[in-house]
Amino acid sequence: MSAASALPETGYNFAYLDEGTKRMIRRAILKAVAVPGYQVPFAAREMPMPYGWGTGGVQVTAAILGASDVLKVIDQGADDTTNAVSIRRFFGRTAGVATTTRTCEASVIQTRHRIPETPLTEDQILVYQVPIPEPLRFLEPRETETRQLHALGEYGLMHVKLYEDIARHGHIATTYAYPVEVAGRYVMDPSPTPKFDNPKMDDCPALQLFGAGREKRIYAVPPYTRVRSLDFEDHPFRVQSFDRPCALCGAADVYLDEVVLDDAGGRMFVCSDTDHCEARRAAGHAGEQAA
Amino acid sequence: MALRPGFADPVHDAQAVFRAALDALSRPARVRPLPTALAPPAPLSPELAALALALADADTPLWLDPPLAGSDDVAAFLRFHTGAPLTADPAEAAFALIADPARCPDFAAFARGAPDYPDRSATLILALRHLDDAAGPAFAGPGIRGRARIDAGPVPADWAGRLAENAAAFPLGIDLILTAPGRIAGLPRAARLLQPAEA
Repeated sequence: MSAASALPETGYNFAYLDEGTKRMIRRAILKAVAVPGYQVPFAAREMPMPYGWGTGGVQVTAAILGASDVLKVIDQGADDTTNAVSIRRFFGRTAGVATTTRTCEASVIQTRHRIPETPLTEDQILVYQVPIPEPLRFLEPRETETRQLHALGEYGLMHVKLYEDIARHGHIATTYAYPVEVAGRYVMDPSPTPKFDNPKMDDCPALQLFGAGREKRIYAVPPYTRVRSLDFEDHPFRVQSFDRPCALCGAADVYLDEVVLDDAGGRMFVCSDTDHCEARRAAGHAGEQAA
Repeated sequence: MALRPGFADPVHDAQAVFRAALDALSRPARVRPLPTALAPPAPLSPELAALALALADADTPLWLDPPLAGSDDVAAFLRFHTGAPLTADPAEAAFALIADPARCPDFAAFARGAPDYPDRSATLILALRHLDDAAGPAFAGPGIRGRARIDAGPVPADWAGRLAENAAAFPLGIDLILTAPGRIAGLPRAARLLQPAEA
Protein backbone atom coordinates (compact mmCIF):
# COMPACT_ATOMS: atom_id res chain seq x y z
CA MET A 1 0.00 0.00 0.00
CA SER A 2 1.33 3.44 -0.78
CA ALA A 3 0.12 6.89 0.00
CA ALA A 4 -0.92 9.07 -2.91
CA SER A 5 1.71 8.71 -5.59
CA ALA A 6 1.74 12.44 -6.29
CA LEU A 7 0.88 15.50 -4.27
CA PRO A 8 -2.89 16.06 -4.00
CA GLU A 9 -4.15 18.73 -6.36
CA THR A 10 -5.73 21.84 -4.92
CA GLY A 11 -8.69 23.57 -6.47
CA TYR A 12 -10.70 20.41 -7.08
CA ASN A 13 -13.46 18.94 -4.94
CA PHE A 14 -12.63 15.64 -3.24
CA ALA A 15 -12.46 12.95 -5.97
CA TYR A 16 -12.84 15.56 -8.75
CA LEU A 17 -16.65 15.55 -9.19
CA ASP A 18 -18.82 18.25 -7.62
CA GLU A 19 -21.20 17.22 -4.84
CA GLY A 20 -24.36 17.62 -6.96
CA THR A 21 -23.00 15.24 -9.58
CA LYS A 22 -21.97 12.74 -6.91
CA ARG A 23 -25.46 12.83 -5.39
CA MET A 24 -27.03 12.15 -8.79
CA ILE A 25 -24.66 9.23 -9.41
CA ARG A 26 -25.20 7.92 -5.87
CA ARG A 27 -28.97 7.87 -6.36
CA ALA A 28 -28.52 5.97 -9.63
CA ILE A 29 -26.25 3.45 -7.86
CA LEU A 30 -28.83 2.87 -5.10
CA LYS A 31 -31.57 2.15 -7.68
CA ALA A 32 -29.16 -0.08 -9.63
CA VAL A 33 -28.56 -2.13 -6.48
CA ALA A 34 -32.32 -2.32 -5.81
CA VAL A 35 -33.02 -3.67 -9.33
CA PRO A 36 -30.05 -5.99 -9.99
CA GLY A 37 -28.95 -6.10 -13.63
CA TYR A 38 -31.20 -3.24 -14.77
CA GLN A 39 -29.36 -0.37 -16.48
CA VAL A 40 -30.16 2.90 -14.71
CA PRO A 41 -29.77 6.00 -16.91
CA PHE A 42 -27.63 8.73 -15.36
CA ALA A 43 -26.36 12.13 -16.44
CA ALA A 44 -22.75 11.14 -17.14
CA ARG A 45 -20.37 14.08 -17.13
CA GLU A 46 -17.47 14.86 -19.37
CA MET A 47 -14.36 13.63 -17.60
CA PRO A 48 -10.77 14.72 -18.14
CA MET A 49 -10.13 11.62 -20.25
CA PRO A 50 -11.65 10.42 -23.50
CA TYR A 51 -14.66 8.12 -23.76
CA GLY A 52 -13.45 4.55 -23.90
CA TRP A 53 -10.83 5.15 -21.22
CA GLY A 54 -13.11 4.37 -18.31
CA THR A 55 -15.18 7.52 -17.81
CA GLY A 56 -18.12 5.49 -16.48
CA GLY A 57 -16.05 3.53 -14.00
CA VAL A 58 -14.23 6.69 -12.92
CA GLN A 59 -17.53 8.45 -12.18
CA VAL A 60 -18.82 5.51 -10.14
CA THR A 61 -15.52 5.33 -8.24
CA ALA A 62 -15.56 9.10 -7.61
CA ALA A 63 -19.10 8.87 -6.22
CA ILE A 64 -18.41 6.03 -3.79
CA LEU A 65 -14.83 6.83 -2.75
CA GLY A 66 -14.16 8.00 0.82
CA ALA A 67 -11.00 9.31 2.43
CA SER A 68 -10.30 5.97 4.14
CA ASP A 69 -10.70 3.84 1.02
CA VAL A 70 -7.75 2.04 -0.53
CA LEU A 71 -7.99 2.04 -4.33
CA LYS A 72 -6.67 -0.51 -6.81
CA VAL A 73 -7.09 -0.03 -10.57
CA ILE A 74 -6.49 -2.75 -13.14
CA ASP A 75 -6.60 -2.78 -16.91
CA GLN A 76 -6.86 -6.28 -18.44
CA GLY A 77 -5.71 -7.61 -15.06
CA ALA A 78 -2.58 -5.48 -14.93
CA ASP A 79 -1.82 -2.70 -12.46
CA ASP A 80 0.98 -1.27 -14.58
CA THR A 81 -0.72 -0.44 -17.87
CA THR A 82 -1.35 3.13 -19.01
CA ASN A 83 -5.07 3.25 -18.23
CA ALA A 84 -4.66 1.74 -14.76
CA VAL A 85 -1.69 3.94 -13.85
CA SER A 86 -3.37 7.16 -14.97
CA ILE A 87 -6.67 6.45 -13.20
CA ARG A 88 -4.85 5.46 -10.01
CA ARG A 89 -2.83 8.69 -10.14
CA PHE A 90 -5.99 10.68 -10.92
CA PHE A 91 -7.61 9.59 -7.67
CA GLY A 92 -4.35 9.79 -5.78
CA ARG A 93 -4.14 13.44 -6.79
CA THR A 94 -7.79 14.52 -6.68
CA ALA A 95 -8.88 12.51 -3.61
CA GLY A 96 -5.58 11.88 -1.85
CA VAL A 97 -6.66 8.29 -1.17
CA ALA A 98 -4.19 5.51 -0.57
CA THR A 99 -3.62 3.26 -3.58
CA THR A 100 -2.39 -0.28 -3.85
CA THR A 101 -1.70 -2.98 -6.40
CA ARG A 102 -2.51 -5.79 -3.95
CA THR A 103 -6.05 -7.12 -4.38
CA CYS A 104 -6.33 -8.16 -0.73
CA GLU A 105 -5.50 -4.64 0.53
CA ALA A 106 -7.99 -2.75 -1.65
CA SER A 107 -11.46 -1.64 -0.55
CA VAL A 108 -12.43 -0.31 -3.99
CA ILE A 109 -11.12 -1.98 -7.17
CA GLN A 110 -11.79 -0.34 -10.51
CA THR A 111 -11.34 -2.75 -13.39
CA ARG A 112 -11.25 -2.79 -17.14
CA HIS A 113 -12.00 -6.24 -18.60
CA ARG A 114 -10.92 -8.59 -15.80
CA ILE A 115 -11.98 -9.82 -12.38
CA PRO A 116 -9.01 -10.41 -10.05
CA GLU A 117 -7.96 -14.04 -9.54
CA THR A 118 -7.79 -13.51 -5.76
CA PRO A 119 -11.31 -14.14 -4.40
CA LEU A 120 -13.01 -10.89 -3.37
CA THR A 121 -14.41 -10.27 0.11
CA GLU A 122 -17.49 -8.63 1.63
CA ASP A 123 -15.44 -5.52 2.40
CA GLN A 124 -14.65 -4.80 -1.25
CA ILE A 125 -16.47 -3.07 -4.10
CA LEU A 126 -15.57 -3.95 -7.69
CA VAL A 127 -16.22 -1.14 -10.21
CA TYR A 128 -16.29 -2.17 -13.88
CA GLN A 129 -15.59 0.13 -16.81
CA VAL A 130 -18.23 -0.64 -19.41
CA PRO A 131 -18.07 0.43 -23.07
CA ILE A 132 -21.48 -0.84 -24.26
CA PRO A 133 -23.85 -1.74 -21.42
CA GLU A 134 -26.71 -3.05 -23.56
CA PRO A 135 -26.27 -6.81 -24.18
CA LEU A 136 -28.89 -6.70 -26.95
CA ARG A 137 -27.44 -3.67 -28.77
CA PHE A 138 -25.78 -5.56 -31.63
CA LEU A 139 -28.96 -7.58 -32.12
CA GLU A 140 -31.39 -4.64 -31.88
CA PRO A 141 -29.95 -1.16 -32.44
CA ARG A 142 -33.02 0.77 -31.25
CA GLU A 143 -32.93 1.80 -27.59
CA THR A 144 -36.75 2.01 -27.52
CA GLU A 145 -36.95 -1.66 -28.53
CA THR A 146 -34.24 -3.03 -26.24
CA ARG A 147 -35.88 -1.20 -23.34
CA GLN A 148 -39.17 -2.96 -24.16
CA LEU A 149 -37.41 -6.32 -24.43
CA HIS A 150 -35.94 -5.84 -20.94
CA ALA A 151 -39.33 -4.70 -19.62
CA LEU A 152 -40.95 -7.85 -20.96
CA GLY A 153 -38.05 -10.11 -19.99
CA GLU A 154 -37.97 -11.17 -23.64
CA TYR A 155 -34.49 -12.53 -24.28
CA GLY A 156 -35.20 -14.98 -27.11
CA LEU A 157 -33.04 -12.84 -29.41
CA MET A 158 -29.98 -13.53 -27.28
CA HIS A 159 -30.62 -17.25 -27.31
CA VAL A 160 -30.96 -17.14 -31.11
CA LYS A 161 -27.57 -15.41 -31.28
CA LEU A 162 -25.97 -18.12 -29.13
CA TYR A 163 -27.72 -20.79 -31.20
CA GLU A 164 -26.35 -19.25 -34.41
CA ASP A 165 -22.88 -19.56 -32.88
CA ILE A 166 -23.50 -23.28 -32.45
CA ALA A 167 -24.93 -23.67 -35.96
CA ARG A 168 -21.93 -21.91 -37.48
CA HIS A 169 -19.04 -23.04 -35.27
CA GLY A 170 -20.34 -26.14 -33.50
CA HIS A 171 -20.01 -24.45 -30.11
CA ILE A 172 -20.87 -21.12 -28.47
CA ALA A 173 -18.10 -18.95 -29.92
CA THR A 174 -18.75 -15.90 -27.71
CA THR A 175 -15.63 -15.59 -25.57
CA TYR A 176 -15.93 -12.20 -23.90
CA ALA A 177 -18.85 -9.95 -22.86
CA TYR A 178 -20.66 -13.27 -22.48
CA PRO A 179 -24.30 -12.49 -21.50
CA VAL A 180 -25.48 -13.35 -17.99
CA GLU A 181 -28.86 -13.47 -16.29
CA VAL A 182 -28.88 -11.67 -12.94
CA ALA A 183 -31.06 -12.90 -10.07
CA GLY A 184 -33.32 -14.73 -12.50
CA ARG A 185 -34.56 -11.58 -14.23
CA TYR A 186 -32.43 -9.15 -16.25
CA VAL A 187 -29.94 -10.22 -18.90
CA MET A 188 -26.80 -8.15 -18.44
CA ASP A 189 -23.53 -7.49 -20.24
CA PRO A 190 -20.70 -8.26 -17.80
CA SER A 191 -18.52 -5.79 -19.79
CA PRO A 192 -15.83 -7.22 -22.07
CA THR A 193 -14.38 -9.53 -19.42
CA PRO A 194 -13.33 -12.93 -20.77
CA LYS A 195 -16.03 -15.52 -20.12
CA PHE A 196 -13.37 -17.17 -17.94
CA ASP A 197 -14.37 -14.61 -15.28
CA ASN A 198 -18.15 -15.11 -15.47
CA PRO A 199 -18.26 -17.78 -12.73
CA LYS A 200 -16.55 -15.33 -10.34
CA MET A 201 -19.55 -12.99 -10.60
CA ASP A 202 -21.93 -15.62 -9.26
CA ASP A 203 -22.56 -15.53 -5.51
CA CYS A 204 -19.63 -13.08 -5.14
CA PRO A 205 -19.26 -11.67 -1.60
CA ALA A 206 -18.29 -8.23 -3.00
CA LEU A 207 -20.65 -5.62 -4.41
CA GLN A 208 -20.20 -5.24 -8.19
CA LEU A 209 -20.97 -1.87 -9.83
CA PHE A 210 -20.85 -1.15 -13.56
CA GLY A 211 -20.42 2.31 -15.09
CA ALA A 212 -20.78 3.21 -18.77
CA GLY A 213 -19.84 6.86 -19.34
CA ARG A 214 -20.52 7.37 -23.05
CA GLU A 215 -23.76 5.35 -22.90
CA LYS A 216 -24.71 6.94 -19.56
CA ARG A 217 -25.79 3.83 -17.71
CA ILE A 218 -25.07 2.37 -14.27
CA TYR A 219 -25.96 -1.16 -13.20
CA ALA A 220 -25.13 -3.43 -10.32
CA VAL A 221 -24.93 -6.95 -8.98
CA PRO A 222 -25.40 -7.05 -5.19
CA PRO A 223 -23.30 -9.50 -3.15
CA TYR A 224 -24.42 -13.14 -3.04
CA THR A 225 -26.54 -12.81 -6.16
CA ARG A 226 -27.14 -15.56 -8.70
CA VAL A 227 -25.37 -14.69 -11.96
CA ARG A 228 -25.98 -17.35 -14.59
CA SER A 229 -24.23 -17.43 -17.95
CA LEU A 230 -26.78 -18.12 -20.69
CA ASP A 231 -26.43 -21.52 -22.35
CA PHE A 232 -28.34 -24.58 -23.58
CA GLU A 233 -28.89 -27.94 -21.91
CA ASP A 234 -26.93 -29.69 -24.69
CA HIS A 235 -24.33 -26.90 -24.94
CA PRO A 236 -23.62 -25.95 -21.34
CA PHE A 237 -21.57 -22.86 -20.53
CA ARG A 238 -17.83 -23.58 -20.40
CA VAL A 239 -14.89 -21.31 -19.63
CA GLN A 240 -11.69 -21.14 -21.64
CA SER A 241 -8.97 -23.57 -20.65
CA PHE A 242 -5.25 -23.26 -21.33
CA ASP A 243 -2.97 -26.11 -22.29
CA ARG A 244 -0.02 -24.81 -20.28
CA PRO A 245 0.48 -23.02 -16.94
CA CYS A 246 1.75 -19.45 -16.46
CA ALA A 247 5.39 -19.31 -17.62
CA LEU A 248 6.38 -17.10 -14.68
CA CYS A 249 4.49 -18.44 -11.67
CA GLY A 250 3.27 -21.85 -12.85
CA ALA A 251 -0.40 -21.15 -12.03
CA ALA A 252 -2.66 -23.51 -13.95
CA ASP A 253 -6.13 -22.27 -13.01
CA VAL A 254 -5.85 -18.65 -14.16
CA TYR A 255 -6.46 -16.54 -17.28
CA LEU A 256 -3.31 -16.16 -19.37
CA ASP A 257 -2.03 -13.47 -21.73
CA GLU A 258 0.13 -14.32 -24.72
CA VAL A 259 3.40 -12.37 -24.86
CA VAL A 260 5.38 -12.35 -28.11
CA LEU A 261 9.10 -12.62 -27.31
CA ASP A 262 10.82 -12.17 -30.67
CA ASP A 263 10.17 -12.13 -34.41
CA ALA A 264 10.92 -15.84 -34.78
CA GLY A 265 7.69 -17.18 -33.29
CA GLY A 266 8.84 -17.17 -29.68
CA ARG A 267 6.06 -16.56 -27.18
CA MET A 268 5.14 -17.13 -23.60
CA PHE A 269 1.87 -17.31 -21.70
CA VAL A 270 1.69 -15.42 -18.41
CA CYS A 271 -0.96 -14.53 -15.83
CA SER A 272 -3.13 -11.63 -16.97
CA ASP A 273 -3.56 -10.72 -13.26
CA THR A 274 -0.15 -9.18 -12.43
CA ASP A 275 -0.80 -8.99 -8.69
CA HIS A 276 -1.76 -12.66 -8.51
CA CYS A 277 1.36 -13.62 -10.47
CA GLU A 278 3.66 -11.49 -8.28
CA ALA A 279 2.14 -12.84 -5.07
CA ARG A 280 2.64 -16.41 -6.25
CA ARG A 281 6.25 -15.79 -7.27
CA ALA A 282 6.91 -14.09 -3.93
CA ALA A 283 5.54 -17.22 -2.27
CA GLY A 284 8.08 -19.33 -4.12
CA HIS A 285 6.08 -20.64 -7.08
CA ALA A 286 7.99 -20.66 -10.36
CA GLY A 287 7.06 -21.38 -13.97
CA GLU A 288 9.29 -22.67 -16.72
CA GLN A 289 10.60 -19.23 -17.75
CA ALA A 290 10.91 -17.66 -14.31
CA ALA A 291 14.15 -15.69 -14.22
CA MET B 1 -36.03 29.22 16.15
CA ALA B 2 -32.61 29.56 14.55
CA LEU B 3 -31.90 27.21 11.68
CA ARG B 4 -30.00 24.12 12.82
CA PRO B 5 -26.69 23.41 11.07
CA GLY B 6 -26.22 20.71 8.42
CA PHE B 7 -23.22 18.42 8.01
CA ALA B 8 -20.06 19.74 9.69
CA ASP B 9 -18.08 18.34 6.73
CA PRO B 10 -20.52 18.26 3.78
CA VAL B 11 -18.25 16.25 1.46
CA HIS B 12 -17.11 13.45 3.75
CA ASP B 13 -20.22 13.28 5.96
CA ALA B 14 -22.44 12.88 2.88
CA GLN B 15 -20.08 10.21 1.51
CA ALA B 16 -20.16 8.26 4.78
CA VAL B 17 -23.97 8.36 4.93
CA PHE B 18 -24.21 7.31 1.28
CA ARG B 19 -21.85 4.36 1.82
CA ALA B 20 -23.95 3.27 4.81
CA ALA B 21 -27.09 3.44 2.63
CA LEU B 22 -25.31 1.60 -0.21
CA ASP B 23 -24.19 -1.13 2.17
CA ALA B 24 -27.70 -1.32 3.66
CA LEU B 25 -29.45 -1.70 0.29
CA SER B 26 -26.86 -4.06 -1.19
CA ARG B 27 -26.99 -6.32 1.90
CA PRO B 28 -30.68 -6.27 2.80
CA ALA B 29 -31.92 -6.99 6.31
CA ARG B 30 -28.51 -6.47 7.88
CA VAL B 31 -28.26 -3.70 10.47
CA ARG B 32 -25.19 -1.50 10.40
CA PRO B 33 -24.25 1.66 12.29
CA LEU B 34 -25.21 5.11 10.98
CA PRO B 35 -23.43 7.61 13.18
CA THR B 36 -24.43 11.23 12.72
CA ALA B 37 -23.81 14.40 14.66
CA LEU B 38 -26.83 16.21 13.18
CA ALA B 39 -29.35 17.74 15.58
CA PRO B 40 -32.32 18.55 13.33
CA PRO B 41 -35.58 20.08 14.59
CA ALA B 42 -38.03 17.55 16.08
CA PRO B 43 -39.74 15.37 15.00
CA LEU B 44 -37.12 14.90 12.24
CA SER B 45 -34.69 12.24 13.49
CA PRO B 46 -30.92 12.72 12.99
CA GLU B 47 -30.86 9.61 10.75
CA LEU B 48 -33.69 10.87 8.47
CA ALA B 49 -31.95 14.24 8.29
CA ALA B 50 -28.59 12.65 7.45
CA LEU B 51 -30.04 10.58 4.60
CA ALA B 52 -32.01 13.55 3.25
CA LEU B 53 -28.95 15.79 3.29
CA ALA B 54 -26.79 13.11 1.67
CA LEU B 55 -29.19 12.10 -1.11
CA ALA B 56 -31.79 14.80 -1.82
CA ASP B 57 -31.44 17.96 -3.87
CA ALA B 58 -33.40 20.12 -6.30
CA ASP B 59 -33.96 17.11 -8.59
CA THR B 60 -35.69 14.98 -5.95
CA PRO B 61 -39.10 15.96 -4.56
CA LEU B 62 -39.45 15.04 -0.89
CA TRP B 63 -42.69 13.87 0.69
CA LEU B 64 -43.01 14.34 4.43
CA ASP B 65 -45.43 12.33 6.54
CA PRO B 66 -47.99 14.33 8.60
CA PRO B 67 -45.89 14.73 11.80
CA LEU B 68 -42.96 16.12 9.73
CA ALA B 69 -45.14 18.15 7.36
CA GLY B 70 -46.77 19.75 10.39
CA SER B 71 -43.51 21.34 11.51
CA ASP B 72 -42.40 24.57 9.83
CA ASP B 73 -38.93 24.13 11.35
CA VAL B 74 -38.52 20.74 9.66
CA ALA B 75 -39.62 22.14 6.30
CA ALA B 76 -37.27 25.12 6.65
CA PHE B 77 -34.37 22.84 7.66
CA LEU B 78 -34.84 20.51 4.69
CA ARG B 79 -35.44 23.30 2.21
CA PHE B 80 -32.35 25.19 3.27
CA HIS B 81 -29.94 22.26 3.47
CA THR B 82 -31.11 20.17 0.51
CA GLY B 83 -32.87 22.62 -1.81
CA ALA B 84 -35.34 19.83 -2.54
CA PRO B 85 -38.94 20.74 -3.35
CA LEU B 86 -41.41 19.49 -0.76
CA THR B 87 -44.43 17.84 -2.30
CA ALA B 88 -47.84 17.05 -0.84
CA ASP B 89 -48.41 14.31 -3.42
CA PRO B 90 -46.64 11.06 -2.43
CA ALA B 91 -46.78 9.84 -6.06
CA GLU B 92 -44.38 12.67 -7.05
CA ALA B 93 -41.81 11.94 -4.37
CA ALA B 94 -38.34 10.55 -5.03
CA PHE B 95 -37.84 10.19 -1.29
CA ALA B 96 -40.46 9.94 1.45
CA LEU B 97 -39.40 10.75 5.01
CA ILE B 98 -41.55 8.94 7.53
CA ALA B 99 -41.30 9.83 11.22
CA ASP B 100 -44.38 7.83 12.22
CA PRO B 101 -43.80 4.44 10.55
CA ALA B 102 -46.82 2.81 12.21
CA ARG B 103 -48.96 5.11 10.04
CA CYS B 104 -46.86 4.78 6.90
CA PRO B 105 -49.21 5.30 3.92
CA ASP B 106 -49.95 2.37 1.66
CA PHE B 107 -47.00 1.67 -0.66
CA ALA B 108 -49.38 2.07 -3.62
CA ALA B 109 -49.47 5.82 -2.89
CA PHE B 110 -45.83 6.11 -4.04
CA ALA B 111 -44.23 5.80 -7.47
CA ARG B 112 -43.08 2.25 -8.09
CA GLY B 113 -41.54 2.82 -11.53
CA ALA B 114 -42.66 1.76 -14.99
CA PRO B 115 -41.85 -1.55 -16.69
CA ASP B 116 -39.34 0.19 -18.97
CA TYR B 117 -38.01 2.48 -16.20
CA PRO B 118 -38.26 0.62 -12.87
CA ASP B 119 -35.73 3.06 -11.40
CA ARG B 120 -38.30 5.87 -11.44
CA SER B 121 -39.58 4.75 -8.09
CA ALA B 122 -39.71 6.16 -4.59
CA THR B 123 -37.37 5.36 -1.73
CA LEU B 124 -39.10 5.42 1.65
CA ILE B 125 -36.93 6.31 4.64
CA LEU B 126 -38.47 5.28 7.94
CA ALA B 127 -37.51 6.41 11.45
CA LEU B 128 -38.20 3.38 13.61
CA ARG B 129 -37.80 2.97 17.34
CA HIS B 130 -36.06 -0.36 17.11
CA LEU B 131 -34.19 -2.24 14.43
CA ASP B 132 -32.53 -5.55 15.09
CA ASP B 133 -31.27 -8.32 12.80
CA ALA B 134 -31.07 -11.08 15.42
CA ALA B 135 -34.77 -11.93 15.19
CA GLY B 136 -37.90 -11.16 13.20
CA PRO B 137 -39.29 -12.27 9.85
CA ALA B 138 -36.82 -13.83 7.39
CA PHE B 139 -35.93 -12.52 3.93
CA ALA B 140 -34.12 -13.96 0.92
CA GLY B 141 -32.99 -12.43 -2.35
CA PRO B 142 -30.07 -10.64 -4.02
CA GLY B 143 -27.56 -9.41 -1.44
CA ILE B 144 -28.62 -11.96 1.15
CA ARG B 145 -26.50 -15.03 1.81
CA GLY B 146 -29.09 -17.72 2.47
CA ARG B 147 -31.57 -15.78 4.57
CA ALA B 148 -31.54 -12.76 6.85
CA ARG B 149 -33.87 -11.64 9.60
CA ILE B 150 -34.90 -8.16 10.53
CA ASP B 151 -37.10 -7.03 13.36
CA ALA B 152 -38.34 -3.47 12.88
CA GLY B 153 -40.90 -1.53 14.80
CA PRO B 154 -43.30 0.02 15.11
CA VAL B 155 -44.73 -0.93 11.69
CA PRO B 156 -48.29 -1.00 10.32
CA ALA B 157 -50.41 -4.08 11.10
CA ASP B 158 -50.41 -5.21 7.46
CA TRP B 159 -46.62 -4.80 7.09
CA ALA B 160 -45.92 -8.40 6.00
CA GLY B 161 -48.64 -8.24 3.35
CA ARG B 162 -47.27 -4.95 2.00
CA LEU B 163 -43.73 -6.29 1.77
CA ALA B 164 -44.92 -9.45 0.02
CA GLU B 165 -46.93 -7.40 -2.48
CA ASN B 166 -43.98 -5.07 -3.09
CA ALA B 167 -41.59 -7.95 -3.76
CA ALA B 168 -44.13 -9.70 -6.00
CA ALA B 169 -44.27 -6.65 -8.28
CA PHE B 170 -40.51 -6.88 -8.98
CA PRO B 171 -38.92 -5.26 -10.97
CA LEU B 172 -41.40 -2.54 -10.03
CA GLY B 173 -41.72 -1.46 -6.43
CA ILE B 174 -40.56 0.94 -3.75
CA ASP B 175 -37.34 0.58 -1.81
CA LEU B 176 -37.18 0.92 1.96
CA ILE B 177 -34.37 2.36 4.05
CA LEU B 178 -35.02 1.56 7.70
CA THR B 179 -33.38 3.65 10.39
CA ALA B 180 -33.38 3.65 14.17
CA PRO B 181 -31.21 5.78 16.47
CA GLY B 182 -27.64 5.22 15.22
CA ARG B 183 -28.58 2.34 12.91
CA ILE B 184 -29.61 1.67 9.32
CA ALA B 185 -30.82 -1.32 7.28
CA GLY B 186 -32.25 -1.71 3.80
CA LEU B 187 -35.18 -3.60 2.31
CA PRO B 188 -35.02 -3.07 -1.46
CA ARG B 189 -37.89 -4.42 -3.54
CA ALA B 190 -35.90 -7.54 -4.48
CA ALA B 191 -35.80 -8.70 -0.83
CA ARG B 192 -38.47 -11.38 -0.57
CA LEU B 193 -40.25 -11.99 2.72
CA LEU B 194 -40.21 -15.74 3.39
CA GLN B 195 -43.37 -17.47 4.52
CA PRO B 196 -43.09 -19.06 8.00
CA ALA B 197 -42.85 -22.50 6.36
CA GLU B 198 -39.80 -21.42 4.29
CA ALA B 199 -38.11 -19.51 7.09
